[in-house]
Amino acid sequence: MCSLSNEISPPTVDVDIVRSKINNDSVRLIDVRREEDYNQGHIPNAVNLPLASLLSDDSPESVVKLTEDMGIADDTSVIVYDDTFGALASRVAWTLQYIGHSDVALLEVTYSQWKELGFPTSTEKPNIKPAKHSVKLKPEIMATAEYLEKAKDKDNVVLIDNRERLNFLEQHIPGAINIPYRTLATDGKILRTKESMRNFLKNRGISEDAEIITYCGSVGTLSGLAYFALKSIGIPNVKLYVHSFKEWKSLEKQIDKQENAAFWDLSAE
Amino acid sequence: MKQKMAQQIRPSKPGSKKPRIDWSRREEADNFAQTVKLYRQGKIDHDNFRRFRLQHGAYGTRMTDDYAMVRIKIPAGQIYPNQLEKIAQLSEMYSIGSAHVSTRENIQLHWVVLEDVSEIMHGLADVGLTSREACGNTVRNVMCSPLSGVCHDEEFDATPYAIATAKFLLRNPLNQALPRKFKFNFSCCEKHGMTRITDVGLIPEIREVNGKEQHGFKIFLGGGLGNKSFVGHQLEDFTPEEDLLYTSIAVLQIFDRMGNRKNMARNRMRYLVDEMGWNKFQNLVLKQRAIVRATQSVIVRLNINQKLNEIQRPISVSSENSSIPDGYARWLKSTTYKQKQEGYSSVFVTLESGDITANQLRAVAQITKDLSAEGFARNGFSQDIVLRYVHESDLPKLYSRLLASGLANSGSLTMASPVGCSGTSSCNLALTNSHRLAKEIQRKFLELKLDEDDDLRDSTIKISGCPNSCGQHEIATIGFFGGGARVGKDMYPNYSMSLGGRFDDKSMLGVTCMRVPVKRTIPVILKIIELFKKNKQPDDTLSRWIDRIVHGNESSEIKSIHNMKKILSPLVIPPSKDDDPDFYNDYGTDTSYHTITGKGECAA
Repeated sequence: MCSLSNEISPPTVDVDIVRSKINNDSVRLIDVRREEDYNQGHIPNAVNLPLASLLSDDSPESVVKLTEDMGIADDTSVIVYDDTFGALASRVAWTLQYIGHSDVALLEVTYSQWKELGFPTSTEKPNIKPAKHSVKLKPEIMATAEYLEKAKDKDNVVLIDNRERLNFLEQHIPGAINIPYRTLATDGKILRTKESMRNFLKNRGISEDAEIITYCGSVGTLSGLAYFALKSIGIPNVKLYVHSFKEWKSLEKQIDKQENAAFWDLSAE
Repeated sequence: MKQKMAQQIRPSKPGSKKPRIDWSRREEADNFAQTVKLYRQGKIDHDNFRRFRLQHGAYGTRMTDDYAMVRIKIPAGQIYPNQLEKIAQLSEMYSIGSAHVSTRENIQLHWVVLEDVSEIMHGLADVGLTSREACGNTVRNVMCSPLSGVCHDEEFDATPYAIATAKFLLRNPLNQALPRKFKFNFSCCEKHGMTRITDVGLIPEIREVNGKEQHGFKIFLGGGLGNKSFVGHQLEDFTPEEDLLYTSIAVLQIFDRMGNRKNMARNRMRYLVDEMGWNKFQNLVLKQRAIVRATQSVIVRLNINQKLNEIQRPISVSSENSSIPDGYARWLKSTTYKQKQEGYSSVFVTLESGDITANQLRAVAQITKDLSAEGFARNGFSQDIVLRYVHESDLPKLYSRLLASGLANSGSLTMASPVGCSGTSSCNLALTNSHRLAKEIQRKFLELKLDEDDDLRDSTIKISGCPNSCGQHEIATIGFFGGGARVGKDMYPNYSMSLGGRFDDKSMLGVTCMRVPVKRTIPVILKIIELFKKNKQPDDTLSRWIDRIVHGNESSEIKSIHNMKKILSPLVIPPSKDDDPDFYNDYGTDTSYHTITGKGECAA
C-alpha cells in the first residue's frame, strides 16, 4: 500500500473546533463563495477565494500564489467552507492538497447551517500578511483522461460518477457506477458519518482497498466532495478526475447510456 | 415570497404532527441488504430473489437488473409532514430527485440502484413507513378515499377501518404467498372510492337494527382491471362491522386455496369469481365466513382506533394588504372540494402524472404544517395529494404557497388531469410512453383552459402503456392503452381508445372504439369534445353524452360507437414517414419507435 502517512488531517472539522480557532493565526479559514455573498457576511477572519477565481487558472504556480496571498504557509492549518453542500469547498481543498498542502480540511457544515446554528458571522475583512509556500505536487490524487482510460478496466479500480441519477443514465463513462453527490451527506452535515459511509460502500460492494477515481460534470466539485467522503473513512488510494465528464466528452471518448427507457419523463418540473 | 409567507404564519403549537403508527421493521432493511449480496454472489437464484424483492416492495426496472423501483406503502393514503420530508431526501439521495404518487396511494421512487434499496428502507424506518408487501403476491396497500371523513355523501368515516385492516394484514402469514396480488379499497361513498374495480371494495353504511344504529359496509368482491377486467359483485345487502374482519379472512382463504396458481394471466381473484360463477363464489364466502367466525381459537378483532384526529387550525397572522394572485378563481374551482365541515375545504394538488420533485414534497410538508388543521396530507386515487381541513380564509394563502413551489396548476378535479402509468419511463412491460402522453394532454387542456369547462368536469382521461391496466384506462370516459402499429417496415406507437368507462354506482368498463396513433390522440380528444359541443343537450355533460352513445341511446348524428369511429377515422390515417417523421416517434424520444419489452413481475 502506498505510504500516505503525511495525510494526517481529518477531512472535516467540527464546528466547535472552528469556533475555538477563529482568532488563531495558525489557522486560515477560506470562504469559497462569490465575492458579493462573502461581503454580506462570513465566518469571522475568513478570507475569500471564490471558486471561479481559482478555476480561472488552477496551474500549480497560480495556486501557490493565491495560497501565499491568503497568508497560508506550509504549516498553516486550512479550513474551507462554502454554501453549496461542501462541493465547491472540496474542489479548493483538493487543489491545496494537490500542490502539497496536506493540512487542509472542510468545515463539516455549510455557511447557511453555520448561521442556523447561531454562530458568529462578520462583514470585516481580515488583515492578511502574505506568506511563503512551497510546492510538492501530489500527482497520486489526480487522474487525467489518459490515466483514467488505461486504469478504468483494471479489476482493482472503481470509477465513481457523482452526478445526479438522470444525468448518469443519460450518459456516463463506461464502467462507472453512480453515487449521486446527495448520497454523501446526512442531516445537517456535508458528509455522512463514517459508519454509514462504510456501510454504504459495503452494500455497494466497493472494497476499501480499491483504487477509486471520482468524476462529475465539469470541474470536479461534486466528485471533489466524494473524494473527501472517501478519504473520511481512510481509503488510501483515491483520485479525482478533475476535468471530469465535460473533458471526456470533448475528447470524444467512449460513452455508455441506459438504452430504451424514457426515464427523463418521470421527473417533475 | 416564500420567506414572507413563512413570517406570517405562526404555528399554534411547536413541531408538527407525528404519525400514529409505525409500519416499519428496521431489521428488514439489513436482511434485504444481506439478501442482495447473496443474490449477487449467485447464492440465491433469480426467481427466488425476485419473489423476495417484490415482497419487500422493490419492483423491477425497464431493461435492467441493476435498478429497482421502491414502492412506499401509504396505508389509507395518510402521510405526515416528516414522512414527506424524508421521502424528499431519499429521492435526492437514491433516486431521480422526483417521487411519483401512484393511483393506489403509494409513493414510488424510481431508478434506485438495487444495492441502495436497503438504505431507503432504513430511511423509511426513521419515519415509520414501509415498502413491505407493496408488490408481489400479497395484500397491497389498503386504500381509503381521500375524502373519507369530510365527504358530504358518506355515512361514517371508514379511515380507522382501513388502517386497522392494513395493520392486521401487514406481515400476516395469511397473505404472504397468495396466487396473485390482492387489493382492498375503502370508500366514503359511491362516487369517490372505486370500490367495484378491486378485489374487495367497501362502502360504509349505517343501518338501523332493532332500533339501534349499526355501522357496517356494502362489500363488493371480484372486481378489477387488467388484461381482462371485471366489475365487482355485492356480497350481501349489508355487512355489519363485526363481520368485516371475518369476511376479509374468509375471502383471502378461499382465494389462497382456490385461486389459479398455474396460469399467470388468470390468477387474480376476479378470474376465480368469473370461472366459478358469482352465486357459487358468494355461497362459498358466506360459508367460509361462518367457519372463520366459529373456529377462531382466540377472539380476533380489528383494532379500530376511533380516537378522532385533532382538528386545530394553525394560527395565522394575515397581512392586511395581501392581494389574491392571478389565476386563483380558476384554481379554486377546479382543485378544491368544500367539506361537510363548515368553513373547511380539501385541496387536490395538481401534479403531472403523479410526479413531484423533492423540493415540492418539502413545500407540501410545510404547507400541511402551516395550513391544514388536520396536520397531515392524504394521497388520492388519481396520482394526487390532498390537503384537507384548509380553512376557507386560508385558501388564497395556500394558493400563493403552491404557486411559489410550481404546484398551483388548475384542474386536478377535472378532465384536465389525466392519469398515466409509468410506461416506457421505467416499466418493463410498457409499449408506449403513457406517462409523458398524460402530461402532454394535461398541458394542452390547461393551455385551452378546458379545466374551466363545466361540461367536461366529471369526465376522465386515463392512459396505460400496455394492455395491463395500471393506468386504469378502462374506467375512463376516454381511455387509452398503448401498442404498436406499422406502415410497411415503419413502426409507430398506437393507442387503443375506449369510451364510456365509469367507476361509480353504475360502474362499467369502457367500450373499445378505435386505434389512435400517439401523435393523433390530442386531436382526436379535441374532436370528440367538438362533436359533443355540437350535439349536446342543454345541461349535458361529456360523460353523459358518451354514456348515451355507448348504450345506443343518443339521438343526434352520433348514435353509436360505430358512428363515432367513422367520424374520427380521417384523423388517424398514418402519413408517410417522409411527410411526417415525427408521427413515427413516441413522446420523449427522437429516435424511431420500436416495441421492446422485458419480463413482467407477475409470475413472482
